[in-house]
Amino acid sequence: MAFVQNFPFMSILLSLFSGPLCSVLDGKWARRVNTAVIAVIGIMSAFVLKHVSAGQPYVYRMGHFSAPWGNEIRVGTLEAFMACFFCAVMLLCMLGGIRERAAQIEEGKQNLYYVMVNLLLCSLLALIYTNDLFTAYVFVEINTISACGLIMIRQTGRTFEAATRYMIMSLLGSGLLLLGICHLYAVTGHLLMSNIKEQVQVITATGRYHISLMVALGLMSVGLAIKSALYPFHAWLPDAYGYSTLSSSAILSSLVSKGYIFLLIKIFYRVVGIQAVRESKVVNVLFVFGIAGMIMGSLSAIKEENLKRMIAYSSVAQIGYIYMGLGLATDAGAIASLYHVLSHAATKSLLFVAAAGLAQASGGSDRYGDITGAGFRNRLAGVAFTVGSLSMVGMPVFSGFISKLLFARAAVGHAHKMLPTVIALAVSTILNAVYFMKTVIRIYTIRPVEPGREGENPGSGGTGRQSRGGIGAVSAIEVAEAEILPKETGRTVRLLEEPAKAAALVCFILLNLILGLNSDPIVRLIQGGIEMFE
Amino acid sequence: MSRKVPEERYRKTFSYQFKAWLEGTKDPFLGRVEMRRQEAPPESKEEKERRERDEEALKARVYDLEHNFEMRIFNRLYRVFSILFCIFLVVMLLAAVSDLPAFGRGENPVNNEVAQRYIEEGLEETGAVNIVTGMILDYRAFDTLGESHVLFIATCTVLILLRRDGEEEQREGRDNDRLYEPKDDVILQTAARVLVPPILLFGIYIILAGHLGPGGGFSGGAVIGAGLILYLNAFGFAKTERFFTARTYRRTSFCALACYSLAKSYSFYTGANHIESVIPLGTPGAILSSGLILVLNICVGVVVAGTMYTFYVMFRKGGY
Amino acid sequence: MHWEYLLNNYEEAVAMILFGIGFSNLLLQKNLIKKIIGLNIMDTAVYLFLALKGYISGRKAPVVVDGVTRAEAYINPIPSGLVLTGIVVSVSVTALMLSLTIRLYRRYHTLDLDEITTRLKREGK
Repeated sequence: MAFVQNFPFMSILLSLFSGPLCSVLDGKWARRVNTAVIAVIGIMSAFVLKHVSAGQPYVYRMGHFSAPWGNEIRVGTLEAFMACFFCAVMLLCMLGGIRERAAQIEEGKQNLYYVMVNLLLCSLLALIYTNDLFTAYVFVEINTISACGLIMIRQTGRTFEAATRYMIMSLLGSGLLLLGICHLYAVTGHLLMSNIKEQVQVITATGRYHISLMVALGLMSVGLAIKSALYPFHAWLPDAYGYSTLSSSAILSSLVSKGYIFLLIKIFYRVVGIQAVRESKVVNVLFVFGIAGMIMGSLSAIKEENLKRMIAYSSVAQIGYIYMGLGLATDAGAIASLYHVLSHAATKSLLFVAAAGLAQASGGSDRYGDITGAGFRNRLAGVAFTVGSLSMVGMPVFSGFISKLLFARAAVGHAHKMLPTVIALAVSTILNAVYFMKTVIRIYTIRPVEPGREGENPGSGGTGRQSRGGIGAVSAIEVAEAEILPKETGRTVRLLEEPAKAAALVCFILLNLILGLNSDPIVRLIQGGIEMFE
Repeated sequence: MSRKVPEERYRKTFSYQFKAWLEGTKDPFLGRVEMRRQEAPPESKEEKERRERDEEALKARVYDLEHNFEMRIFNRLYRVFSILFCIFLVVMLLAAVSDLPAFGRGENPVNNEVAQRYIEEGLEETGAVNIVTGMILDYRAFDTLGESHVLFIATCTVLILLRRDGEEEQREGRDNDRLYEPKDDVILQTAARVLVPPILLFGIYIILAGHLGPGGGFSGGAVIGAGLILYLNAFGFAKTERFFTARTYRRTSFCALACYSLAKSYSFYTGANHIESVIPLGTPGAILSSGLILVLNICVGVVVAGTMYTFYVMFRKGGY
Repeated sequence: MHWEYLLNNYEEAVAMILFGIGFSNLLLQKNLIKKIIGLNIMDTAVYLFLALKGYISGRKAPVVVDGVTRAEAYINPIPSGLVLTGIVVSVSVTALMLSLTIRLYRRYHTLDLDEITTRLKREGK
């Protein structure tokens, strides 16, 4: 066995060990350990990816006993790639939020935040690699608790309420998931995914225990859907994403729900078999709620007045996309969903970090009235926000276009679900365009500064841009708006004022462009990975 | 001839106390325990009614309930649908249960070759007489590794929420504690002096004998935690701080979890690479047997005991 | 779907009814403490169900006595181990939810989640 094949197990145990390690260090050292751990695991996953794509997927025994008596993890190209990608996104999110963390978290509790992030990373890796259902349940619980810790580390009333709602919803989902696992165990007698699949094929051939199997599948799917904030169960999402600290919002929106979706795809392919899934009615339920989420999420986002909450509602819509793709119950649908997972992870965190940059240039507030013109005050954040918005809407060149294209391709030719899917894609693209483009136009709107108001700007280094006289058609609107909009409270943010955030933004933009322009190898990798899933 | 004694002396006599006990006016804590009398916060009936009216008016104004017909219908529909959903869930689950194999039969699918090997060869492969301990700490050790970290991370979140860090907050926590908890209670102290040593000893026995009979790190740790909580209740924070501070908890839990992770890394690495493990299994039935299981039980027991004590202390005072 | 089997498997039917009771409490109750109690009922019902899976009538607990290691002498040890893990998880999340309740109560002096949401809406949107 090559030494590289030990790397997945080592990455899980390294992140697990660094959790307690960060709890005895103080804030600064904990941050360094955290950054080092994420970087090292990312590099190790890249090596594993190189090794596995040249060879075969393999099974790694955790202990001295092979399946079905001992525990196992399974490593293929798709798992290694997802691990590497998640590490990269998490590293950039943590880099982007350094200033906000220092300001918004108490001194004595900074190291506990890094404990949460480390254990979140460990649970994500374990969910990606695992080959055993009960291990998946235990790490789902670690994921839930650490996500709750990320929300409530910023101790305000809103975050506590958001964390409570999140825990209640999540625990409902966990209960359903555990009950589904118990039913499946009662019927098949195994806990390892490959063994369960053999037994399921025996059972479906004889036709016994059919109802129990369908109920178990339904319980597990609904449980995981509740946990990843599918449409009717999304009530906690806007508050949780909108009011927590920046790196928490970015990590929560891009990574936390995606672990559950990956586990659901594994259950569909590796535990029950895609054939049995197609015969059950559960995919129809997921499909309907996915479409409902796409539309309702966008409608709620249009009504929002707060930038971060608007981006959070947009997350609801994007999770609806992913479940719509899973609801198609074809390989092409699963590939589209997985690509959208990657694209959403890269884009949503970009949007959050850019929004924080814009808010920083507007006196710390992210209400619509205050961020007008922020694109000129913080140039890099404005460009990044524009890139993210265009990607969400689906412009070519960016990654959002590829994922919409894959969804449309998966829908065409489908027996029953082609028409609803295509209509929903079109409608939600228009709705996305409405609220994202509205915001992009607003951050690049120049407002006239009347002479009387110039001396009144509190605490600003520069007074922001003054309008040039010759902007013909716009000035009429500006004059009209000058009565409605409040006083400008912004200051110009220089490019190198916060190098970590600037670097994070640039890397995010590059990641988005790579996903958008270079999508073919990635799609082929996902396709090969799904075939290896069987 | 009987004399009338002064009022304060009369209150200390046996007959007064007996009469008070008969009538139900006697407060058993007054004069025996240093604790303030608990009273409901003073609020007259009018104030209470006014407060409730204010809350209703607030809710109505925010949601505009008089004019918002749709909101009322939505609320009612939401509750109706939730109840229907729960009933549907229970019916579906009962349908699934009726389809399951019958209860308690040996031919069920769950009793397959996996359980057979655990029972028949568990003793010689793991060295543990208690088959369940051998299973969770050797065959399926990865799950238990995750589970001890679930406990650790829950403790971290409780610390984030409830630990009081500043001077001001710590003083407030101390004052609150003195207000509501009894101190120097004779019954508790006598009972604790008798009970706490056997409880701790019993807990240590459960941990050490985890692989020889029913027991293990989790149950033993819970018992030790209970003993520590009883000691704290009887003797107060001043005495407990002499041996259990925040630093103690941090260091012991870090060492225990680190030791656990390292031991399990060794075990997984040698297992996956098909290297023989050098740890001897010993003779079954002896305390020093079954390889790493004894060490893991001790680590888990330490973590659980510290966690139980930390939960109690955080809920009560917010500091050690 | 043979409903008369429910009378034979009545232990598992009771576990499912308990699960339904706990689930509806967690979902529908307004008081936070009652929600947490519902959560505990739900989790306990799942552990009851799982522990029932391991029982085989006429056999003993899986601790080797007198050197007997025949598989027909002991019940199935796997569900016991899974229930152990589950109980620890349940304790952890209960402690977390209770600390959240304490912080919310200290700040808003109410245990009703809807009322807290109302007050937050009023405080500052």
